[in-house]
Amino acid sequence: MQKYFHNLGEKIIVAILTISGTVTSLTVLLIVFFLFKEGLGIFSMSPVTEGTVIAVNNRNPVTSLSASQLKEISDQNITNWQEVGGLDAPIKIFRLDDITDYFTEDQLGADFEFMPQRINEVVVKDPHILAFFPDEYISKDFGGRQLQLANITVWDFLAGREWYPTISPAVRMGVLPLILGTLWVSFGAILIALPLGLATAIYMAEIASNRVRGILKPIIELLAGIPSVVFGFFGLVVIVPLIQDIFGLPVGETALAGSVILGIMALPTIISVSEDAMRTTPRAMKEASLALGASKWQTIYKVIIPYSISGISTAAILGIGRAIGETMAVLMVTGNASVIPDTFLEPVRTIPATIAAELGEAPQGGIHYKALFALGCILFLLTLIINVTVDLVSAKNKANR
Amino acid sequence: MSFHDGKSTNNGKRLAQGTAFAVFRALSLLVVAILVIILAFIIVQGISVISWEFLTEMPKEGMTAGGIFPAIVGTFCLVAGSMIFAFPIGVMSGIYMNEYLKDGYLKRFIKLMTNNLAGVPSIVFGLFGMALFVNRFGFGDSILAGSLTLGLLALPVVIRTTEESLKAIDDSFRIGSLALGATKWQTTSRVVLPIAFPNIITGLILSIGRVSGETAPILFTVAAYFLPRLPTSIFDQVMALPYHLYVISTSGTNIEASRAMAYGTAFILILIVLVVNLLANWLRRYFAKRVKMN
Repeated sequence: MQKYFHNLGEKIIVAILTISGTVTSLTVLLIVFFLFKEGLGIFSMSPVTEGTVIAVNNRNPVTSLSASQLKEISDQNITNWQEVGGLDAPIKIFRLDDITDYFTEDQLGADFEFMPQRINEVVVKDPHILAFFPDEYISKDFGGRQLQLANITVWDFLAGREWYPTISPAVRMGVLPLILGTLWVSFGAILIALPLGLATAIYMAEIASNRVRGILKPIIELLAGIPSVVFGFFGLVVIVPLIQDIFGLPVGETALAGSVILGIMALPTIISVSEDAMRTTPRAMKEASLALGASKWQTIYKVIIPYSISGISTAAILGIGRAIGETMAVLMVTGNASVIPDTFLEPVRTIPATIAAELGEAPQGGIHYKALFALGCILFLLTLIINVTVDLVSAKNKANR
Repeated sequence: MSFHDGKSTNNGKRLAQGTAFAVFRALSLLVVAILVIILAFIIVQGISVISWEFLTEMPKEGMTAGGIFPAIVGTFCLVAGSMIFAFPIGVMSGIYMNEYLKDGYLKRFIKLMTNNLAGVPSIVFGLFGMALFVNRFGFGDSILAGSLTLGLLALPVVIRTTEESLKAIDDSFRIGSLALGATKWQTTSRVVLPIAFPNIITGLILSIGRVSGETAPILFTVAAYFLPRLPTSIFDQVMALPYHLYVISTSGTNIEASRAMAYGTAFILILIVLVVNLLANWLRRYFAKRVKMN
């Protein structure tokens, strides 16, 4: 009987442990589910800004416009209905502000109570009109025709060069500037961190005495422990003004400032991973090299570095991963202008910074909200690729030994 | 002739080595210098701000004066909440993976998933926490939602340290215990865990350090811009130190006037990191000594 309870106890414990063991996997799956459920929703949404009506005259043969056509029309690059499949007539754009060109304030009413009726009159009267106005002003017996916009496509989203998520009448959700901004800043960070980190790793693994190494190791750990918001603050009050002075820029919040801060933040990862890799070089290999008359330095760059190259590349990949996903520090120092940068001395905006800056203002379930989740999906996929690559590299490494 | 050649290449070799080593030493010094500069800058600027009022009073006058008491309390709540969740699950998960799970595809899969979770950017945790805890579960912006989000973020750290400290224990302990007739759980709980305990605690302390400084995951799950009162339940919003630093250094009502407050807040954050690291190092050394004595 006692033995039976004993076994039962063991079984319950194993069950509890098993459940705990699945929590991380479950979390990853849930993250994927929620991120993609919200994020992919954007591709079944029309880019018309919420609460905006896009309307034409009833006699106008045009029934739908794409988001890019609408953008060209607003930018005055398309001025004739013929170019979007209509009659040969100039496009007359009407925005709410233009109403005063048509009617006096008295005709609109003191509280704009006649506004819906007046807008209706404008749209019905002009066959070539393209009207944008808030949906609160649409009259019950509206005589025009509302235009639908084609849904946002994956291509529009990924290759679009403009990110104006709240612009009216139609939002522009091109994430290319954000993706490029992220890559620019991360690339710059790794350019700074890799040489510095590798040199330190070589020094710690092969050159420094045990005592010096014993001092360096906790220092690197300490660097890894500093919160990113503190790095961001330091960047804001020290690095940004410094860059502004050195290069004589109007603002110091640039891609370079982001790269410097991210470079410092990526250092601990790069140092500890590549140092560990170098330390696994078999002693016999090092001693053989030294016995053949090679100097210590020759041994380092002809034996140890080639031997640990996959570990070093893992370190570089992990460093890039850290830089791509970093949010607060980048948000605070890069200036957050959503333009495609030409040099490191311009402000950029990264994917994580965009999410952090805009999610608070995006109404839940709206197109902006979904677009930010779609950005989260991109970020998640990037880091997933990085992690799987690292896993494969280290698995291959183990198999080779 | 050949002797002379040999000597000159030897000299060249020595010169190359000397130069290379000097460069590496200089670059390593640079890394140390960077850390020292950051720490020194924040400590020097921040320490003069620290006073009893700063630590115990509510922020005043558009967060340009007064103290950061609600942010300290908020961060404490979040750290405690996330650890209540992450520590037991993380340790149990680590035990399961190292002691119970046999090598194979399942183990590789769980490992890969844990590594992936560790690599997920903190802002994605924020998105996820908002979608699941705040919206789906309806917790709203609350300590509960923020703690769970931060707990998930800390989970891989706890699992990894637990696993590593278990792995470091020699199998002879387990075999000896099993041979004496102990069950698997008796062996794990009475032989293996006590030896691994100090290292597991070190992992706990390090993850406290990590959680206390995270900003992105709490942006949309709990953090309040300005809330000059203390929380009364786990469904309240709170201010938190890292978010407070972000707010007063970038978007406060008067950034220049609140700079001193920002230095003070950054100082407190650095202080937490320093204490956590020193404590972890001290614990490691202390227990290493004790194990040696045994």
